[in-house]
Amino acid sequence: MTTDLEQLRGDLLASIQAAAGLDAVEALRVHALGKQGAITGLLKTLGAMRPEERQEQGPRIHGLREAITAALAERKAVLERLALDARLASETLDLTLPVDGVPPGSVHPVSQVMDELAEIFADLGFAVATGPEIEDDWHNFTALNIPETHPARAMHDTFYLAGEHEPKMVLRTHTSPVQIRTMMTQKPPIRIIAPGRVYRSDSDATHTPMFHQIEGLVIDKGITLGHLKWTLETFLKAFFERDDIVLRLRPSYFPFTEPSAEVDVGYSVVNGKRVIGGSEGWMEVLGSGMVHPKVIAACGLDPEEWQGFAFGTGVDRLAMLKYGMDDLRAFFDGDLRWLRHYGFSALDVPTLSGGVGA
Amino acid sequence: MKFTLNWLKEHLETTAALDEVVETLTRIGLEVEGVENPGAKLAAFRVAKVLTAERHPQADKLQVLTVDTGEGPPLTVVCGAPNARAGLVGVLGLPGAVVPANGMVLKVAAVRGVESNGMMCSTRELELGDDHDGIIELPADAPIGTPYPDYAGLNDAVIDVSITPNRQDCMGVRGIARDLAAAGLGTLKPLKVDPVPTSGAGPEVRIEAPEGCPAYFGQTVSGVTNGASPDWMQRRLKAIGQRPISALVDITNYVMIDLGRPLHVYDKARLSGALVVRKAKAGEQVLALNEKTYTLDESVTVIADAQGVHDIGGIMGGEDTGVSEATTDVVIECAFFDPDHIAKTGQKLNLTSDARSRFERGVDPAFLEDGIAIAARYVVDLCGGSASEVTRAGHAPTEPRSTLYDPDLAATLGGLVVPADRQKAILESLGFLVDSSWNVTVPSWRRDVDGPADLVEEVIRIEGIDKVPSTPLDRVPGVARPTATTEQKLERKLRRTAAARGLNEAVTWSFISEKEAAPFGGGAWRLANPISEDMKVMRPSLLPGLLAAAERNVKRGASGIRLFEIGRRYLADRERLTLGVVLAGDRSARGWQGGKGQRFGAYDAKAEALALLEAAGAPVANLQVMGEAGEVYHPGQSATLRLGPKTVLAAFGMVHPSVLKAFDLDGEVAAVEIYLDALPAKRGTGFVRPAYTPPALQAVTRDFAFLVPAELAAGDLVRTVKGADKAMIVDARLFDVFTGTGVPEGQKSLAVEVTLQPGEKSFTDAELKGVADKIVAAAAKLGASLRG
Repeated sequence: MTTDLEQLRGDLLASIQAAAGLDAVEALRVHALGKQGAITGLLKTLGAMRPEERQEQGPRIHGLREAITAALAERKAVLERLALDARLASETLDLTLPVDGVPPGSVHPVSQVMDELAEIFADLGFAVATGPEIEDDWHNFTALNIPETHPARAMHDTFYLAGEHEPKMVLRTHTSPVQIRTMMTQKPPIRIIAPGRVYRSDSDATHTPMFHQIEGLVIDKGITLGHLKWTLETFLKAFFERDDIVLRLRPSYFPFTEPSAEVDVGYSVVNGKRVIGGSEGWMEVLGSGMVHPKVIAACGLDPEEWQGFAFGTGVDRLAMLKYGMDDLRAFFDGDLRWLRHYGFSALDVPTLSGGVGA
Repeated sequence: MKFTLNWLKEHLETTAALDEVVETLTRIGLEVEGVENPGAKLAAFRVAKVLTAERHPQADKLQVLTVDTGEGPPLTVVCGAPNARAGLVGVLGLPGAVVPANGMVLKVAAVRGVESNGMMCSTRELELGDDHDGIIELPADAPIGTPYPDYAGLNDAVIDVSITPNRQDCMGVRGIARDLAAAGLGTLKPLKVDPVPTSGAGPEVRIEAPEGCPAYFGQTVSGVTNGASPDWMQRRLKAIGQRPISALVDITNYVMIDLGRPLHVYDKARLSGALVVRKAKAGEQVLALNEKTYTLDESVTVIADAQGVHDIGGIMGGEDTGVSEATTDVVIECAFFDPDHIAKTGQKLNLTSDARSRFERGVDPAFLEDGIAIAARYVVDLCGGSASEVTRAGHAPTEPRSTLYDPDLAATLGGLVVPADRQKAILESLGFLVDSSWNVTVPSWRRDVDGPADLVEEVIRIEGIDKVPSTPLDRVPGVARPTATTEQKLERKLRRTAAARGLNEAVTWSFISEKEAAPFGGGAWRLANPISEDMKVMRPSLLPGLLAAAERNVKRGASGIRLFEIGRRYLADRERLTLGVVLAGDRSARGWQGGKGQRFGAYDAKAEALALLEAAGAPVANLQVMGEAGEVYHPGQSATLRLGPKTVLAAFGMVHPSVLKAFDLDGEVAAVEIYLDALPAKRGTGFVRPAYTPPALQAVTRDFAFLVPAELAAGDLVRTVKGADKAMIVDARLFDVFTGTGVPEGQKSLAVEVTLQPGEKSFTDAELKGVADKIVAAAAKLGASLRG
């Protein structure tokens, strides 16, 4: 009996080990453990045994059953694993094949720089103000202390709108009329920046008939030229993210400021290119000054009580200085190659914590 | 404004070197635009004497010269000039010198077999004049061997200064010298005024139009000879780019540049009767010195005589009475013209001149007496003759202006503490008079100064604006507050959403051509003085600029063009913020997975419109898709998105082929315009969101396939289905559109997946059947029947 069992175990285990497929394993299971199976038959003999004999044979037969069950499961797992491996092997893909990308969108440098400026000036407490681009003569010139006969009008290369308009309408030549609109509608203290499109009848590599300016205005009590200087230094350091920004103020003339100053920023030459920072040379970047008492008065404020400063600079120019474009005309051409090269990712949102530059 | 360093030193006693002068000019607000030394390019040319001149053995027209260069043995030089001869003193270019006129580098070379060691030069070769008939002939006593620029006084740096419009006083060399003296660069020399003896009555002058010309001084000099002006004067005028003409004309130019005092001279023989300052008659004409004829009107002040107009007052003289070589008697005019008047006349006639630019900025009204005295002195000294008495008609506005000044303002406005006595010294050095109570009298030549702020500027610019210390602005305690307005936030969000969706932001011109504007109904605003026909009309839509940009990109070989712009369109009533999108070329390129490339279609435009409106916070689910997108679009493939029937938030679709043709574009182009100003204002509800707990039970979906009339808009069916039971139905989504086998002619099959959300309890079969019945019944009202 014992020999028979051992013989059976050996035969079955060998067969299981040799089973080539899941079907063969299943057939062996039926052969051994099915209703008519060899081991099932042995288990059935237990009932007819004497107790002593059953005591002896029972564990053996059960042991055999367990061993075969385990062997079947193990073989089945191995075969399943082999089958899966074979299937997966047949499913191999050439992953060097290209995939369809999402088209690369971009934000225009002018928009990006305007966002950067808004972020910096928000920290200094400046809100953003806007005004019309088709502006009347009074806001663009007269209120800014530029009467009709003023030679400064000729400096502006103004575009006039056709037709009879009263007052005469122009395309604003600067963002300064927003100063006027702000002072006439808000009570001081005022701190605003006003970015936007401006127009001058001029065209070459560094001048386009349309460009972007940003105006700054502070009206408060006790504001001096020193505050202007600090504000410009602070803003330029934050914008270029450099501590070695050096400013040079030069006395100049704008009808709407008194005293007036042109602001040069120092540059250094790195690999033959001008880079903002240092003081190897000077580049004119801003016009500024203390708001003229006549302008403050024209807006209905008392110049004895309120004073302040204003400044203006080209947004496109700031973008060029920071990001290295050298042809202003390309800004307005809409060439996709240029937009993708110089443009910014949607997620490059300027933040103070991350640095405004991208 | 150009002048030379030596010219400046006529007025400024200084030891300062050129660099210091240049640096100081910029520092005090007289920005130096350029410095050039005209002698530098002639440094290698020297004064030399021809010792012998022999016929060249090989050439009839050449001579072989021996030339004394002032050092070493004489050099052999071959020369073709007819005037070359022994004894002539001229200018020799040595080997290595570069001839200014043609850039040729001189070297030792054989000329027809004779070695030549340099070149004797003509005036034209050295760019000193037009004469090329022969070589330069210098006086016999010219020092041999001296570098020519030293001999000719050409080593005199020309400084070009940009004068801001407020500083008329610096449109004369003397004004600049005064500013430099105030800045501590030396002392201003006294002005030499040496009136000539006079006899006899001056010219007869009548002022009939004092508002344009309140003062007119005239003086006759008889018996003059109007030859060339002296070398020193010609040299200075030439150095600053003024062409010498004749002594009388050169004198007027010289005094204008030297002292900022424009003058005019008439040939007395060509005048008849009194000089009358009057308004022009309408239609009256004058041939001006620039050889153009101007037609005048009553607003123009002119100088006339019995015959007609001879001078557009303060701007340009007339050709007919100008001086010439034949002039023997000259009338000198030194008048004061009203600045505003000059500006208006100049603008009207579109005529600029050196005189106008000075008069319109306001010349010194107190300088007429000295001005005419200095002019007459030059005339008598350089041209001879005898002077009449001065006729003085009218009065210039010389009443002194004064302003009360508080020296604390330098600190409280200028931000720089400057001791009061230092301020006083600065102002006085500029010609201001300061009394003990700080009542400051403005010098007559400083029309620009009329208040305390102007005085602060004078003090700060001379003391040094760079000394102003930076002073931090006050800062509100705590973290900076948000400053962006709703509109700015909207614009930013849309811009970055569009970029994230693969669109490229462009910035295109605000002005377009009439032709580009036409399909969009033309523009409400046209420029009166456009820079070109292409930039004439303020855009009524963002699409023309984007379509033109798309066309340029197509020409450059781009395929998938996705452009957007956020900007204003300019309508008659106001400027409206708009977002435009243009999709052109391939939506997707051909690929190994997808096969052929796909073109953009109207649904791509719709997808962009909805996604952008969603980002803008518009109630996208409530928008109605309606027609009337406009003639710019394909009539069957375009729509508007509206909030209620009247408020159009966006238009989108395929661009009409005839519009594409106008923009030189082929194929299909999709476009979107979103009218940002029409978006409903977002209500400020704070940060707290409505309460929400995800439902415990899973949603159930049911599919319904309907046969509907072919012309029924699918959106109507979906909306109707969704509205059939507002409590249970949370969504309805169309997932199939089918026509063909099994669908009767004139109908189409629309399949809708309806999502039902149970609340506390699962739906019963009866409830599900109930809602299905409602859906079918509602759909039936649109002519839809459940597909069997």
